[in-house]
Amino acid sequence: MSSNRQIAVIRVVLHVSALLPLVLIIWDLTRGNLTANPIREIQLRTGATAINLLMLSLSCTPVNILTGFKPVLALRRVLGIYAFFYASLHFINFIGIDYGFDFALLREDLFEKRFAIAGFASFLCLLPLAVLSVKKVQQRLGEHWQKLHWLVYAAAIVAVIHYIWQTKADFRLPFTYGGVLIILLAIRLPVVRHLAERHFKWLDKTAP
Amino acid sequence: MGVVAATAFLAACTPQGSGTPSGSSAFCDDAKAVGSADELGDKLTTCNDITSYNNFYEFSYGKEDVANLSRNFKTSPWTVTVGGLVNKPGSFSVDELVKKYRPEERIYRMRCVEAWSMVIPWLGFPLSRLLEDVQPKPEAKFVRFLSFYDPQQMTGDRSLPFPYFEGLRLDEAIHDLAILATGLYGKPFPPQDGAPIRLVVPWKYGFKSAKSILKIDLTSEMPPTFWSTLSPEEYGFYANVNPEVAHPRWSQSSERRIGELRRRPTLMFNGYDQVAALYKGMDLKNFY
Repeated sequence: MSSNRQIAVIRVVLHVSALLPLVLIIWDLTRGNLTANPIREIQLRTGATAINLLMLSLSCTPVNILTGFKPVLALRRVLGIYAFFYASLHFINFIGIDYGFDFALLREDLFEKRFAIAGFASFLCLLPLAVLSVKKVQQRLGEHWQKLHWLVYAAAIVAVIHYIWQTKADFRLPFTYGGVLIILLAIRLPVVRHLAERHFKWLDKTAP
Repeated sequence: MGVVAATAFLAACTPQGSGTPSGSSAFCDDAKAVGSADELGDKLTTCNDITSYNNFYEFSYGKEDVANLSRNFKTSPWTVTVGGLVNKPGSFSVDELVKKYRPEERIYRMRCVEAWSMVIPWLGFPLSRLLEDVQPKPEAKFVRFLSFYDPQQMTGDRSLPFPYFEGLRLDEAIHDLAILATGLYGKPFPPQDGAPIRLVVPWKYGFKSAKSILKIDLTSEMPPTFWSTLSPEEYGFYANVNPEVAHPRWSQSSERRIGELRRRPTLMFNGYDQVAALYKGMDLKNFY
């Protein structure tokens, strides 16, 4: 398969698997399978899916750095948009369904509680990226887009902090996400990039 | 293709509803409460919800997994030992306790510290009756509860300092609202709800109501409690339901009643104002 064909196949699988968690939520909702507390279950699932997709989006560049497989970079945008999509569901479920747009209650929870502030901040970081991610806008932004993209790192860091802060007892999984995120960000450091590039040059030279 | 595999894997990792465990629906088939609402007119939470959504960390962190993981939990025979600063210490089988104290239905609101709540028709008897019979000594000021723990049968996170331990002030423990419960919806407990015998203190957050109790001791000193030991700045000894005192990380001013769509305001002492006298003169912001 050419790498273009490969990426086309990957794209289809990606769209299907990114929409699958939503389909499962709707399916389980209609069948009453979302535990005794469906609103919380929806909150947990949309949050988990958003953070998973965000981490996947952030793993594209490291995959490229470590393997030299360039087409993977084309997936960053779509993964990021899906992450934002689930983050929006997560946010709407929280303020609209859980709190029924009761702003007096929300003021207390959203603006006084650090886990909620962190979650909201992460959402706000993703918002401009999602809005401006239309390809034409992206092209017009040019180098500014690169600068703006630092927001995605901020969004991911704050999202993991949000996850850790809302955890009551079992910190194994949230800390694992923190660890993975640190690795994903570390691979982007110039030192690592440089070493990887040298490695590929060496591979090219020694290839038969 | 690694990315794709990872997506599928992570999608599979999002928490899945396990549905109604067969164990709990079997329990609920012939379960029946006498009443249908609490004294405020709040309707009972369904039997299925009460038996399929349980915080019981000895078994699992997953509330919806406990029913299934605990289905083989052996709760008979079971003996509760009452001792410490009492004149007549003793060990009592649950059958003996049931025979002697005749559990009756008590419909209580149960407010979890995680800001959700249920209305549960317990079968129970006042803890005060058992305590009267063992005759606390004058120097007894507190009651300590120790839960059962067997890592062979209980597959939850072993890094937690189980067995679970809780405590009450003696005057709290002998308040008529505080009960030892042996069942719900007219039947002896299924394992996931704290079988075969548990504490229920309805004006405090749910974690005070220790499950599967093995030992009750009267003490002169305030006993340490599980959550206040693990995380003292978040959980105190008293843990009275109080909408004014927020958990450091989330608000306690409202709650989701299981089965309802809208949040409802949380009531002081979970709506049991009759306990207010126990805390006269105490600043409940400090004694949380």
